[in-house]
Amino acid sequence: MITIFIPTPLRRFTSDKSSVIVSARSVTEAIRQLISAHPSLTPYIYDESELIRKHVRIYLGEEDIREKQGIDTLLKDGDELSIIPAIAGGSGRLK
Amino acid sequence: MNTTIDSKILKEIQSHLESSYPHEACGFILGHEHKDHRRITKSIEVENKSVENQRRRFIIDPLDYMKAEKQALKEGLSLLGIYHSHPDHPAIPSIHDLEFAQPYFSYLIHSINSGKLMDSRSYRLQNEKFVEEIFSVPVSRNSVTSEAPILKPLEARNQQLPLQGAGGKKRKSNASTILT
Repeated sequence: MITIFIPTPLRRFTSDKSSVIVSARSVTEAIRQLISAHPSLTPYIYDESELIRKHVRIYLGEEDIREKQGIDTLLKDGDELSIIPAIAGGSGRLK
Repeated sequence: MNTTIDSKILKEIQSHLESSYPHEACGFILGHEHKDHRRITKSIEVENKSVENQRRRFIIDPLDYMKAEKQALKEGLSLLGIYHSHPDHPAIPSIHDLEFAQPYFSYLIHSINSGKLMDSRSYRLQNEKFVEEIFSVPVSRNSVTSEAPILKPLEARNQQLPLQGAGGKKRKSNASTILT
């Protein structure tokens, strides 16, 4: 079983659950199961091309999946995935 | 939408932001929520990881974000949002703030002018737009109001905010409404 950690801003789409358990062998399978169970999450995770949104990070443990095999990264029983919104901003134009 | 912040926490944030000037500084706000009222009882400083110009940008490391989420769960608090400074700029969300804005979170923006806190405001996305919250320090017997940062009343605001927001939804940029 894989645990997917849900960040606070998205918990309104998971009935306030901070984590969701799925059974999956890869990151993409895990995310698809999550979306299947909670379809309202879709626009917050996938863009219009059905790719992971630019400002969403997915971590396997403490590693960004982009530094592994991306959404094709294989999972094993007991793994923990985290969906992490990119947090950034700033006051104005770069000088 | 109504958000209050304990005076002690606001002073901690003020100290963090003023000492980081002229760079932008950032952190998390935690606390409790009941219906539409939020009370901020804790803040967590984090390092600005921007590799661009830290006077105009902030980025929070995803692992720092995860630590804050887990700390909130451990302490029975809600991760209510983010605070950050706008050095020598007004406490109004910029187009960059809007680009990364998340639903649910309160965004505390603090204007630091020449190293001193001048204004603090809080915003939330509502129907994909930034809306300013009623933001105040609750009065208590232990509060030292004369030393507390001044929070201007909401009705004193007349600046226009960016019109569109919220991660996850298609939106159009409306740069003409951005004041910063």
